[in-house]
Amino acid sequence: MDTKKGFDLFILNQERIVLAITAVIFVVASFGLPGFLTPDNLVAVVRSVSVLGILALGMAVVIIGRGIDLSAVAVMAMSVAWYLQMLNAGWSEAGALALVLSGVILIGLVNGFLVAYAEVPAIFVTLASASFVFGYVRSQIITADAVPVPNGHWLQSLGAVQFLDVPVEVFIFATFALIVFLFLRFTKWGRYVYFAGDNPVAARNAGMPVRPMLVLRYTISAILSFIAGLLTAASLHSMNTRVVNSTLFYDIVLVAVIGGIGLSGGKGGVRNVLIGAALTGILLNTMTIIDIPLIYQNLIKSTILLAAIIIDGVLNPRDEQTAQQGDI
Amino acid sequence: MKKCLKMLLAAAMLSTGLAAPSLHAADDPNPAAYAAALKGKRVLLVPMAMGFDLAQGWSAILKREVDAFGGVFETRDPNWSVEAGAQAITEAISSETKPDVLIVMSPDLNSYSKLMKKAQAEGIYVVLVDNPANFKADAYVGGDWTQLGRLEAEAVVKGCGPNSSKKIGLVQGDQVNATSLYQYAGIMEVLEKKYPDFKVVAKPDSNWDATTSRNVTTTMLQQTPDICGIIDFWDGDATGAAAAIREAGKQDSVFLVTTGGGEKTADCDKIADGTYGAVVMTELAQETHNMVAIIKYLLQSGQKPGTASPLIYTLMKATTKENLRPDSCWDLKALQADAEGK
Repeated sequence: MDTKKGFDLFILNQERIVLAITAVIFVVASFGLPGFLTPDNLVAVVRSVSVLGILALGMAVVIIGRGIDLSAVAVMAMSVAWYLQMLNAGWSEAGALALVLSGVILIGLVNGFLVAYAEVPAIFVTLASASFVFGYVRSQIITADAVPVPNGHWLQSLGAVQFLDVPVEVFIFATFALIVFLFLRFTKWGRYVYFAGDNPVAARNAGMPVRPMLVLRYTISAILSFIAGLLTAASLHSMNTRVVNSTLFYDIVLVAVIGGIGLSGGKGGVRNVLIGAALTGILLNTMTIIDIPLIYQNLIKSTILLAAIIIDGVLNPRDEQTAQQGDI
Repeated sequence: MKKCLKMLLAAAMLSTGLAAPSLHAADDPNPAAYAAALKGKRVLLVPMAMGFDLAQGWSAILKREVDAFGGVFETRDPNWSVEAGAQAITEAISSETKPDVLIVMSPDLNSYSKLMKKAQAEGIYVVLVDNPANFKADAYVGGDWTQLGRLEAEAVVKGCGPNSSKKIGLVQGDQVNATSLYQYAGIMEVLEKKYPDFKVVAKPDSNWDATTSRNVTTTMLQQTPDICGIIDFWDGDATGAAAAIREAGKQDSVFLVTTGGGEKTADCDKIADGTYGAVVMTELAQETHNMVAIIKYLLQSGQKPGTASPLIYTLMKATTKENLRPDSCWDLKALQADAEGK
């Protein structure tokens, strides 16, 4: 993508098409829907996709490196459910947090290890680890689907924090977007993610530590999932593990892919996640304002995802190299 | 005197002797018949999932009761998956140790209808709980969801008061589940017939998910800032609507009504702290004991499965801060501890 710098201002790629669609919906909604273009509503739009956006940032890092992490939602829900369960059982804050954080990192490491060293396809590894994480925590650790945040815990207060009338989730999303941007753009290992995603064999031959990098990406994804889970619990004052069975995972992929991060790896960045999140947020918000029933909302969402994938396929045709190596 | 006593004693002995046959009759034959009908009978509960308050409450009480009559009680946990539930029922029908009574919480009106018919054909009594289905069960034990909607509408109208904006928002579940559709019908019936000046300004779906409920409620409150009441169709996701109201700083101006199984931490604690204005609750213990009575009846009736399909509706009422009592709710932890202790 970045190799064609200079002349591509008018070339339509998926990112720009989606940006244009987003802008059109935004303008139409601003004029057509009373109450859309108010500061409060716009803050609510950003906020409604903050958690999704953080999950999508983790997914983006993995997808750019030509992988996928199906365990993100399970890690998000189950790690926080485990954490809350321990707090409710009287564990100390530090002890519970340390244990859960090491559990989360361990899952990331195992995912990465199996993909990088055992060379099992990412889709199978993370599918299995998602089931394991959900099944183990649900059956062995927690007693009900939903675990409440204990009264007076800092998560309860976190959900209410606002700066300048903007909820703290928005700032946390922005902070992580900045961190991931800096990582991908300005660190050596961040740049390597693109090379490894574009052509792992060439990257390895060039001397990049391809395998340790893979492990790092899955660990980053797991940690971001845990943070997204904490934010969810902060807002809802509980963690309902039923979310693992929901379509949240597809929404995460939607945000990443619709913004223009190709599933074949090596393409895209934080900007694409932001565009994808903006479209998703605005779309959901306008559909709710118009009062479109949920089944139609899903239809509209999925149609847009399908269109984005088709456009991606046409604009970024699979080259010989991808066809031979296969993507995720 | 002594003679007198002797005669009395003799009379007493005689009378006991005479009474002897009736004393043998006091050796009640009924418990033996009861035991013969119930002992070793298998009861299988297949809820939509085991991990939520209703299912855990049912199973705790059912286990206690079934164990008491010498039966075998089992549960299956489909974990909200319709396929897994169907598989559990299929496996139960074809297994060596067939259940005698199958208690099913159906995920929707139609998914399990055929399977449940098959179960009846195999001689298994099928009891539907909580969610109605298009199927002639041997009994339906649970709520009348239209009535539940009516009670919710009454509660929200009362919570709003006559001098309010009279604008109400609904957070529905989805557009396929009977519990959501009937609830909606009940609410609209009351609002249209009794309170035509109350208007429903928005009615998004939460898909039973708390985060979605929060997002749609946030939008609803921004679009119509003077909303006076919201009905969220389940306490499982109403935490989301509550979060949106809390975050908008409208706890005092928006009256939130929801429905649930009356578990302490899920419902009563939240009525007490003002999160929910009113909760239309199912009396879980009553409902489960209705199931127990039906199970005992069916197993002794000798009737063929599918003979009759009575509706055993559970009493429901709206609980608010005003009528909240220490025993308004049941405590899942206590019930589980109790079950484990025994």
